[in-house]
Amino acid sequence: MSTLAQESPLIALAGSPNCGKTALFNALTGGRQKVGNYAGVTVERKQGSTRTASGRELQILDLPGTYSLDARTPDEEVTRDVLLGHAAEERVPGLLVAVADATNLERNLSLVLELRDLGRPVVLALNMMDLARSRGLELDLDALARELGVPVVPTVAVKRRGIPELLEAIESRLGALPDAGAPRPAADWKKPKAEDVRLRFLEVDRVLRAAVRRPLAPTLWTDRIDRIVLHPMWGSLLLLVVLALMFQAIFSWAELPKTLIQGGVGWLGQTVSTILPEGPLQSLLVDGVIAGVGGVLVFLPQILLLFAFILVLEDSGYMARAAFLMDNLMGRVGLNGRSFIPLLSSYACAIPGIMATRTIADRRDRLITILVAPLTTCSARLPVYTLLIAAFVPDRPLLGPIGMQAGVMMALYLGGIVAALGMAVIFRRTLFRGPTPELLMELPTYKMPAWGNVTYGLWERARLFVRRAGTVILALSVVVWFLSTYPKAPAGAAGPAIDSSYAGRIGHAIEPLIRPLGFDWRIGVALIPGFAAREVMVSALATVYSIEAKGEADPGNMTQALGQALHQSWSTATAASLLVWYILALQCLSTVAVTRRETNSWRWPLFMLGYLTVLAYLGSFLTYQGFRLLGWG
Amino acid sequence: MKVRLGELAKGQAGVIVAVSAADDSLTRRFMEMGLLEGCRIELVHAAPFTGDPIAVRARGALIALRRREANQIEVEV
Repeated sequence: MSTLAQESPLIALAGSPNCGKTALFNALTGGRQKVGNYAGVTVERKQGSTRTASGRELQILDLPGTYSLDARTPDEEVTRDVLLGHAAEERVPGLLVAVADATNLERNLSLVLELRDLGRPVVLALNMMDLARSRGLELDLDALARELGVPVVPTVAVKRRGIPELLEAIESRLGALPDAGAPRPAADWKKPKAEDVRLRFLEVDRVLRAAVRRPLAPTLWTDRIDRIVLHPMWGSLLLLVVLALMFQAIFSWAELPKTLIQGGVGWLGQTVSTILPEGPLQSLLVDGVIAGVGGVLVFLPQILLLFAFILVLEDSGYMARAAFLMDNLMGRVGLNGRSFIPLLSSYACAIPGIMATRTIADRRDRLITILVAPLTTCSARLPVYTLLIAAFVPDRPLLGPIGMQAGVMMALYLGGIVAALGMAVIFRRTLFRGPTPELLMELPTYKMPAWGNVTYGLWERARLFVRRAGTVILALSVVVWFLSTYPKAPAGAAGPAIDSSYAGRIGHAIEPLIRPLGFDWRIGVALIPGFAAREVMVSALATVYSIEAKGEADPGNMTQALGQALHQSWSTATAASLLVWYILALQCLSTVAVTRRETNSWRWPLFMLGYLTVLAYLGSFLTYQGFRLLGWG
Repeated sequence: MKVRLGELAKGQAGVIVAVSAADDSLTRRFMEMGLLEGCRIELVHAAPFTGDPIAVRARGALIALRRREANQIEVEV
């Protein structure tokens, strides 16, 4: 950060959830935002800058939403600590902008009073004024400012209304400050008792009696929509339809952009191959960097589509309803309704799923959800499932119209759900014991999603994902490429080139370890790049079994030939064991990397890798030995 | 008649007479969400199948909570 930025005043935005604080932050700062983490915690830190009409630069900090300073979650603790000036490595804000939803003053003013009592200059942004007025609310703004003792500015953040007035109010408050250098931390804040909260709400009622000329009419629209959305039968059906649409989008709408990216990556690889002479540099760029990073970038369309759905559902107010409808089911495995969407998202890809756990307030709930997310059947498993099922499961009818192949595929998906829910129960009873955190959440009034916010949110996710692909994934891809390329096969060697590489040697070295699972060294070799990304195993197996695509135009040919080769050399027990391995094992460096980012330590990703590997080993071992006992060895 | 909030049926309404969770922090959270003594409260929605969790209207907003926790709030109907 520049010295100038350090010197410009720090303004903190604080408000209750759903008050439109982030929209106000976007309206104030435009694109001038920086997103990071607070020191030592996984809470997202958003700071931006803006200028007042007179040209003064202001730094704006968007604090996590909270109902009070009496913090219970890591997010709320950050808000409290920054406001009190107790946060490590954070400047003490010089002025607070309290953001309140004008349609929810009976609740939101409580936090405003808490903020005012901190003794720091406060400006109240009365947001969503248009909605409040359209519902008949008539407020005496002067009386409100007088009774609260802070300046009040009506705003409509999503329409950027009231922003200049807010900046003006901020500047005049800043100008009135006695210039005492840097603001100091609050010294005498005490955790409130129940009686303090009671008194504070009595004060809210007193202020509102003085300021409200005509009260807010009830929200007819929200009530009408909820009669269907929360209806025991129609509500459940609607949720199913929404989910079906989401899946449809992830699997089919993403297909075209995915193909385009794949084509682009392939073209880039070929171009580089023709420009550069054959050799280590060409191999590194084409097989390592382009193939590795490209293999991850193809998931970008799915991730963005999924997040578009999540952001729209969240912004409109539906997400809280989905959590409400699913809470009971999730409660049975010791989770709460908020874990439902992240787990569901993991069916497309665990990466957006794990990123979506940010909406879970409770730390233990969030960790359990992250830890079991890789067990849900992500789309990267599909190529391997398809290959093995086609090669080993006979295409015979099983039950009515359902064939045996489809039946096995369904069983594999079910296996993933059962494993995920089972592990959630186990974690809740062992690692994360303690009282089930209570469900206590507001079901906000429905709103049209603010498209600006959705776009900002998507842009942010895309940026984070691409940056990760450019750093962590890039480094790991190079390592995997190196292991499977060096040392080179001696001239005239008979076996595939990978045989003499480090990966080949590792394959041979781990053979005794994986033999009880029914895996030979060749599977071991293919598992190594497969550890970086699941779907890579298909091409790795092709390399090991020396299957070359006959004519680039027909990759289906290669898969078929590979299937035949596997069918000849593997027993059914080995194939079943490998499938079980694929249900359970964490073979995805991206998941490890994103878990590292989301939990801000190596502890949880390593634990995740460890427990899933043990689980996969046990599962495969039992499957292989069981099949052999049954005589299918 | 005094009953516990978790015992209300869908559509029933009353006035909160006591908010006293065993855990003082939960009591404060109830209050922050606007579930305070003297407030009118109505059970407007119940989740499918088991009827749990429930959604109540209080101080103009809709709050979702489980019946187990709701039972720590006493309501005069």
